[in-house]
Amino acid sequence: MAFASTPDGPPAGISSAKLVVAGGFGVGKTTLVGTVSEIPPVNTEAWMTEASKTVDPLTVGDSKTTTTVAMDFGRLTLARDLILYLFGTPGQPRFWPMWDDLCRGASGAVVLVDTHRLDASFPAVNYFENDSDVPFIVAVNLFDGVQTHPLDQVRDALGIAESIPLVTVDARNRKSAITTLLTVLTNTMDKTAPVAAP
Amino acid sequence: MSGNPWVRPYVLTGGRTRTRHHLYVHTLVTASWYDPAAAARLSPEARRLYERASTGAQSVAELSAHCGVSLGVTRVLLEDLAAAGRVQINEDVYVSPYDHGLLRRVIDGLREYA
Repeated sequence: MAFASTPDGPPAGISSAKLVVAGGFGVGKTTLVGTVSEIPPVNTEAWMTEASKTVDPLTVGDSKTTTTVAMDFGRLTLARDLILYLFGTPGQPRFWPMWDDLCRGASGAVVLVDTHRLDASFPAVNYFENDSDVPFIVAVNLFDGVQTHPLDQVRDALGIAESIPLVTVDARNRKSAITTLLTVLTNTMDKTAPVAAP
Repeated sequence: MSGNPWVRPYVLTGGRTRTRHHLYVHTLVTASWYDPAAAARLSPEARRLYERASTGAQSVAELSAHCGVSLGVTRVLLEDLAAAGRVQINEDVYVSPYDHGLLRRVIDGLREYA
């Protein structure tokens, strides 16, 4: 591409990867992002506007204006030349266009669930089962460190296939959160071919 | 969110609504050097993005958030800045986010923190 290199382009070789943290409102997405992130989690209002969509310029005057959506993310430097970003999804289904945007280019996703309010995460599970190719796992957030429901019951209630890893996580605990992200990545390796198709 | 509430976002982008190549929210952007004279000729939004990018490689999402410029407008303005040679958009080293070489590196990196 024309922009690929400039005479003094310095960031050459720095890679970034992205994981998506999904789930219903209040299931601990922001907590998990903050537990892992080396920067305070950024929670800001990003206006998703028509300016980011591929639309016929002739019709742009007719398009709706702006939607205000919260953007929630953190970052973790893994190596001098490798940065991992974690993006939390906006909680409400009406922001699904933003989900598509966030999931594009993601290496994997985790759907967080709260067993007291399983239904809050149904839309997220549906999204990754039906509307996205991004490999995902499901993680039960143990808010009080106590597992209140056996995982096989949670699996049945969510109606997810055996092939989808189901784990528990304490989103406040860094080791636990990182272990969950490792499961996300190994799941993607299991579900994708070693040499990615172009 | 800052920005001018009296101007529809696409006015800030000169009416353009599409970018030439897709900028992921996690695509890294940097400005290798900062030219104050060039910055002075930019719109306030583009100037903020240019200034911020000159502080080190960061993602499109970070630039948008820190500069108070919406994601869509940020993408268009960054492409302009890249076309003018002001910023460098980090081309993906890996063909796919599922590239096992990339996944292995992320796993190795995360294990250092586990």
